[in-house]
Amino acid sequence: MADHASAVAHQFDDMEQQLDASTFGMWVFLAQEVMFFGGLFLAYTIYRGAYPDAFREASHHLDLRLGALNTVVLIGSSLTMALAVRAAQLSRSRALAGFLVATLVLGTVFLAVKAFEYHHKYVEQHIPGLNFHAEGPLAGPVQMFFVFYFAMTGMHALHMIVGAGLLVYFIVKARRGRYSAHYYGPVEVMGLYWHFVDIVWIFLFPLLYLIR
Amino acid sequence: MTRTNYLNVQYGVRSWLLTTDHKRIALLYLAAITLFFFIGGAFAVMVRLELVTPQGDLVEAETYNKMFTMHGVMMVFFFLIPSTPAVLGNFLLPMMIGARDLAFPRINLLSWYVFVVGGVIGLGAAISGGVDTGWTFYAPYSSTYTNTAVITTALGVFFAGFSSILTGFNFIVTIHKMRAPGLTWFRLPLFVWAHYATSVIQVLGTPVIAITIILLAMERVMRVGIFDPKIGGDPVLFQHLFWFYSHPAVYIMVLPAMGIVSELVTCFSRKKIYGYSFIAMSSVAIAVLGFLVWAHHMFVAGMSLYASMVFSVLSFLVAIPSAIKVFNWTATLYRGSIVYQTPMLYAFGFIGLFTIGGLTGLFLATLAVDVHVHDTYFVVAHFHYIMVGGSVMAYMGGIHYWWPKISGRLYPEGWARFSALVLFVGFNLTFFPQFLLGYLGMPRRYHSYPEEFQVLNVMSSAGASILGVGYLVPMVYLVWSMRYGKPAPANPWSAKGLEWNTPSPPPTFNFDQTPVVTEDAYVYQKADEEVPVG
Amino acid sequence: MWRGFPLFPEAASTIASGVDTIYLFLVALSLLLSAGIFLAIFYFAVRFRRRHPGEVPAPVHGSLPLELFWSFTPFVIMMIVFGWGTSLYFRNYNPPAGAMEIFVVGKQWMWKIQHPEGQREINELHVPVGQPVKLTLATEDVIHSFYVPAFRVKMDAIPGRYTSLWFHATRPGRYHLFCAEYCGNQHSKMGGTVHVLEQPEYEAWISGAARGRSMAESGEELFQRLGCFTCHRADMPGRGPVLEGVFGNPVTLQDGRRVIADEAYLRESILNPGVKIVAGYRTRMPTFQGQINEEQLMQIIAYIKSLPPKGRLDTEP
Repeated sequence: MADHASAVAHQFDDMEQQLDASTFGMWVFLAQEVMFFGGLFLAYTIYRGAYPDAFREASHHLDLRLGALNTVVLIGSSLTMALAVRAAQLSRSRALAGFLVATLVLGTVFLAVKAFEYHHKYVEQHIPGLNFHAEGPLAGPVQMFFVFYFAMTGMHALHMIVGAGLLVYFIVKARRGRYSAHYYGPVEVMGLYWHFVDIVWIFLFPLLYLIR
Repeated sequence: MTRTNYLNVQYGVRSWLLTTDHKRIALLYLAAITLFFFIGGAFAVMVRLELVTPQGDLVEAETYNKMFTMHGVMMVFFFLIPSTPAVLGNFLLPMMIGARDLAFPRINLLSWYVFVVGGVIGLGAAISGGVDTGWTFYAPYSSTYTNTAVITTALGVFFAGFSSILTGFNFIVTIHKMRAPGLTWFRLPLFVWAHYATSVIQVLGTPVIAITIILLAMERVMRVGIFDPKIGGDPVLFQHLFWFYSHPAVYIMVLPAMGIVSELVTCFSRKKIYGYSFIAMSSVAIAVLGFLVWAHHMFVAGMSLYASMVFSVLSFLVAIPSAIKVFNWTATLYRGSIVYQTPMLYAFGFIGLFTIGGLTGLFLATLAVDVHVHDTYFVVAHFHYIMVGGSVMAYMGGIHYWWPKISGRLYPEGWARFSALVLFVGFNLTFFPQFLLGYLGMPRRYHSYPEEFQVLNVMSSAGASILGVGYLVPMVYLVWSMRYGKPAPANPWSAKGLEWNTPSPPPTFNFDQTPVVTEDAYVYQKADEEVPVG
Repeated sequence: MWRGFPLFPEAASTIASGVDTIYLFLVALSLLLSAGIFLAIFYFAVRFRRRHPGEVPAPVHGSLPLELFWSFTPFVIMMIVFGWGTSLYFRNYNPPAGAMEIFVVGKQWMWKIQHPEGQREINELHVPVGQPVKLTLATEDVIHSFYVPAFRVKMDAIPGRYTSLWFHATRPGRYHLFCAEYCGNQHSKMGGTVHVLEQPEYEAWISGAARGRSMAESGEELFQRLGCFTCHRADMPGRGPVLEGVFGNPVTLQDGRRVIADEAYLRESILNPGVKIVAGYRTRMPTFQGQINEEQLMQIIAYIKSLPPKGRLDTEP
């Protein structure tokens, strides 16, 4: 079992300060992430405003059903993540591990669907820089849409992969009984990160898939 | 007689490279940024040598273009932005608030490694042929036309930026959550306020350049014109994204320096700083307003008249908090008890040169004048007055002031004052002529120039040689003092501040017991009164 | 003319003296404020130097009125300077009506200048004294900037759009022309001379300078060669919008927006025709991106500008 006293790092006075600092730290980090994605979203929005027809046409090439499925999957994974945090707070290690595994599974489903969509784009010759091919007078801005599609979903997927890696770490630790009502801070912080990644998708989905 | 302190508690390379002690990490940063400073300085030497003659006769045009680019990149991203926060901030912040370390010591060490990786990549770019886009990387030249090491350099900058974010994030959490009992916000040293404001900018601004660099790299790799009109891109969008970070970045470079100056002025006047809350709030105001003025770099890039007006008025407003600080520092001297130790000389130098640099910013904020002086040596002179005459001077002042605490030794005061004077003279000779050159119309980034500009250019290059001496001499005596300097007492300056309540050098965990603070900052009632501890 | 060691640039345009006045005001203000701070510091540092080692001065209490004073006073001064500088900028922003138009294309690493009558220059610009001149700027490649210090004017040339600057030269002479936006290898060599001539000399130059066809004539030739006339012809109005009289007038687009058909609109319509389609037409115009350069675009636009307004149709295609 974890030794409670040694779980407090030397620079902190007590567990409460450590938990407080860690959670606050994650919020600060997320503020930084908002600015990161924000810059990307801003550039996208400017081009969409300049070329509304091209972007609408390009958006039609995305599979709305797969995007919607992914949205549901990710929201579900946020639910399981929240339940995992709750389990940690209640010292229920097995439930914690189980919910973390569920989150990981759902996250992996998301990434698999994304991989499938990317492959489809490859087949349709919509990958800028690789095999992009489009006809018509709007070809230029259509390509611009796909640049942003890959940049935005790619950045998001990268963050999800990092999140998945972290989940593996947490699952291993949870199964060893590392987390309990006395020490659940890291799980809570992980939860914040996962929810943020979810929220980014909730903005991405309408921006990219729902231009009708 | 050697007490255990953070320097001798453990020897060996591993104990340094795997340390989590904020003080050791500060020294790791000191070594790295000093190296980058001299590399950036070497590029500057090449630039000023070339400009002694009007013809481009020392190096090829492409080489020259790489020199000024890499001078800018090294100095901005690998020296100025980290300098005060990563060295002095890291060393002092926990001590100033009565903490044993920063909130996240391992992330602190990670930030140094990330920085070093960035620096190595940046150096690699320089060695493998260099980059010639200017430190501003404007598209489409940087995205489509140049054949130089843009992506490598951009990657180095990306890592340096990530390091900056980690430092800022660590400081914000530390200041919020780890202040000693009784240390309310308005009792914090102004150095801490300055670093808090700086950290907010680092955390919120740097990600924007991160994404800009990624988009630029994507354009180069995929050969798809995100900023190229051929598929509907807009090169001016690059400028907006770039400057959205890079303008606040200049406040990352100056706010910590202002924090140092506040500490120096109060200590060497032995008097409570005048207008404490005004200086503290000015730091926050500068951070906020600094995010609203970026397009003043783009007045002649085809912006609408009304947009230009908005950015112009905001640029005037951002000058006001800085003016407030200068007045308060000057007022602190009134009826003080002033001595002219080296740190104070640097503080005087900062106040004078920052005032000039800041006032010349008004010229640039004035739309009608900016049209004439934009992209000329006037701008070059303006920012060097602030960054070199300002930030670097303050950094030098801070290094000297806290040197006894950091090294446990005193530096030789005679040589130090001499260097400060040399720096001041060399600096003005280098950069004042550039204001004149700019108004005359000499554009910046010019390898060769019309003959009539030669006299002023020669003056500037002569000044640069003096400036170089002013930087080399401290390197020598500071290193010398680490071995041969007189051992320093805990508080050689009889200064107020929790950091002076520890031995010189301090033990690894700073305080035996967390101090309890019962009074405001800088209360110099009696010379030997100490801040109550325990 | 360039001998010696100048410290202040020549002033050779109508706006130069206005810019110089506000500049010199700022210099005086800066000198005053810097001197004030320097002297205060110097005086205090000497007057209040430490006389004996243990000395601790009595605390000086802050003063809110003083803080407000030195916050508010700079604010007022700044607003005055802002107002003055902005009104000057505002007045200088738009060229006077009837300005002579000249067309400039920047390209690594030279300035190519076309006069409407057809004279072409490289890195040299001849203009008459005493008359407003408007330059329309474009670039073939990267961002450049057209800068004439003696006139106190500068404007970037940005890929994908037109920008413009104007000046009214007041003194005959030769003045530096610089590129002021870093553009690569030969950036410092991308300059030349602006020649301001007295009216009679300018007339002489204009008639003597090597000249081909006027810009509009070159544009017409391109219009034919590139096949524009196959759709843009008055006798077949369904194929493409009629261009007679279109310049400078509003156009209604497919999505309901109304835009003014200026140079930028015409340029975009040629290079990126799918983006702003005129109401009532389908997307059939091909793009001419890559087939014409910036100079040729300016010639075509000059031709379109020269077409007589609707109601006096030319029946020739």
